[in-house]
Amino acid sequence: MATHADREALKGVKEDYEYGFHDEIEPVFKTERGLNHDVIDKISDQKNEPQWMREFRHQALDIFFSKPLPTWGADLSGINFDEIVYYVRPTEKQGRSWDEVPESIKRTFDRLGIPEAERKFLAGVGAQYDSEVIYHSLREEWERQGVIFLDMDSGLREHEDIVREYFATVIPAADNKFAALNSAVWSGGSFVYVPKGVHVDIPLQAYFRINAENMGQFERTLIIVEEGASVHYVEGCTAPIYSSNSLHSAVVEIIVKKNARCRYTTIQNWSTDVYNLVTKRAVAYEGATMEWIDGNLGSKVTMKYPAVYMMGPKAHGEILSIAFAGRGQHQDAGGKVIHAAPYTSSKIVSKSISKDGGRASYRGLLRVAKGAHHSKSNVVCDALLLDEHSRSDTYPYIEIEEEQVSVGHEASVSKIGEEQLFYLMSRGIGEDEAAAMIVGGFIEPLVKELPMEYAVEMNRLIQLQMEGTIG
Amino acid sequence: MSVLEIRNLHAAVEDREILKGVNLTLRTGEIHALMGPNGSGKSTLAYVIAGHPHYEVTEGDILLDGESILDLEPDERCKKGIFLAFQYPVAVPGVSVANFLRTAVSNVRGYTSQPVDAEGRSGVIGSNLMPMREFRKELNEKMKEFNVDPSFARRYLNDGFSGGEKKRTEVLQMAMLQPKFAILDESDSGLDIDALRVVADGINKLATPDRGFLLITHYQRILNYVKPHYVSIFYDGRIVMTGGPEVAQMLEEKGYSWVEREFGEAVAA
Repeated sequence: MATHADREALKGVKEDYEYGFHDEIEPVFKTERGLNHDVIDKISDQKNEPQWMREFRHQALDIFFSKPLPTWGADLSGINFDEIVYYVRPTEKQGRSWDEVPESIKRTFDRLGIPEAERKFLAGVGAQYDSEVIYHSLREEWERQGVIFLDMDSGLREHEDIVREYFATVIPAADNKFAALNSAVWSGGSFVYVPKGVHVDIPLQAYFRINAENMGQFERTLIIVEEGASVHYVEGCTAPIYSSNSLHSAVVEIIVKKNARCRYTTIQNWSTDVYNLVTKRAVAYEGATMEWIDGNLGSKVTMKYPAVYMMGPKAHGEILSIAFAGRGQHQDAGGKVIHAAPYTSSKIVSKSISKDGGRASYRGLLRVAKGAHHSKSNVVCDALLLDEHSRSDTYPYIEIEEEQVSVGHEASVSKIGEEQLFYLMSRGIGEDEAAAMIVGGFIEPLVKELPMEYAVEMNRLIQLQMEGTIG
Repeated sequence: MSVLEIRNLHAAVEDREILKGVNLTLRTGEIHALMGPNGSGKSTLAYVIAGHPHYEVTEGDILLDGESILDLEPDERCKKGIFLAFQYPVAVPGVSVANFLRTAVSNVRGYTSQPVDAEGRSGVIGSNLMPMREFRKELNEKMKEFNVDPSFARRYLNDGFSGGEKKRTEVLQMAMLQPKFAILDESDSGLDIDALRVVADGINKLATPDRGFLLITHYQRILNYVKPHYVSIFYDGRIVMTGGPEVAQMLEEKGYSWVEREFGEAVAA
């Protein structure tokens, strides 16, 4: 056991280190608060972008200004667009001192057992990350196969032709207000290109590349999977991401060509003051499969409905989502599947958990367009309420314009059962842990789809969230 | 030797009194069969001993080695060595039998209460479990010994189990948790003769001198396989008669209608 003096000494070392680190910060660039065309020019200048991208940003900003805030989902009236800094060069993001990170976040890192280097990154203070080494060897392998995996800014610089061909083709700037905002001020995100017939065996993880500029507030991701190729992309991590900015608005566009496969896994755990308003959409061509696996634990408000447009016969789309809404949180999440070709199939499985007055909404669209005969779709949404004050809603929109289709929709809401709790407790398991087990079991069908390390962290995080909440 | 003593126990659900003064002393090494008609309150007694929050104890006490357990939560009672085998075990979808049992065993054997760091914190729930290899080894042995197919380790707890599978899993849990006192709530009900034999075998294997059993049953049938030291007749919320195995024999011959005739009036009066 460390003595009091030992601890004091260690504390001193740590503080010295933090201050030393602080001193190393280079001069940085950030835009002023608020948004106007000057800001756009400054971002474009900083990035030294081609003229077409600069024009795209300006047009998008006009669209953003012209569109009203959506009123059909979560309450967004708390966002003050004039207070936000829209572009910060990444070195500044790393310039926050460890002392400024809230205690609660530090404690969570501690209890999740996250290594020191990762904690600093996650808290926005880290400059180095150990797995850079691992990443380098993986990158050599990918390069040999012709796979491109870069941050979006580098992607635009090094592969302008590909980016220009696909950028904003799946989600145009005018799609919605927040897609327009992202189009105007985007920075970072990932650019992934998988050539024809190439199977990327190891999941591409944004995690490995955290020194790069991929963790912005307005990141933009573009993934192209050529014919017969396959890839699994994993974004985010389960530890809470501490951010001093209160608005996160990403755009993810995915193109899955004939007989190709793509799986995109996200675990979102923003700190609970963040508005997380994300547009994610994939197009799947003939015989292609697109899978979204989407976990939403953090943020104040999330609005996110990953979509799959099935454009060719026999395309398949799948959306599995988990939402956990705690005190003061509103998770408005779900999915959209659009059947635009015959013999297409889709599945949506949504699981939500609400506790301490949190609110989880499932909002989904299932559309079968004229001509998409022999399409099949199944939608299942299950909600678990942990107490009387919490809330769950389901908003399923179903539009069928074709006969000869098979469509299923099931929804259930359940409360955590007294009998289940008693049964587990009678086996020596404490009340909180018993509740955590029941919740863990509820989301197990989705957790088992996650890569191992994420599944483990996800379960631990659920257990953390459950501590001291029942009773 | 340990003693579980139930003294003048009264319990109610929503102001309706179900237990009306139960007195019973159970020692380790004893098997005590509690027989009674449906609706007499046998299962309520089992639940109240295990600490079900639905029931309110209005009078009396339950003492384990002289100390009251009434203020303890169900998990704390379990840690003190009390085990209830449920008549209707509850399904917990998504939680595997192995994961559940490892958590339970780790709690009961004190792994989870050990500090995780030098500052003495007990850490995240779900940490500090019994080491996996040790646990697997023990689980495999017990599964073999108690006739539970190894595939059950990966199945979700009681989810889609047949009646017999559930009861066998209860016995497996008892074997893993090694309680001082086991209350078996109609562990024989709904079983065919083969399943009954497996469950009875399990009980006999666990009936060691350091363990006491309260065997709650409606039928005499299981007593052909498990030999009780005492048999009590439970009627209208209390024990009306206690004796040796001959009481079960008599009940088999005379039926519960005899109990009603014999004790119905006394209870009403």
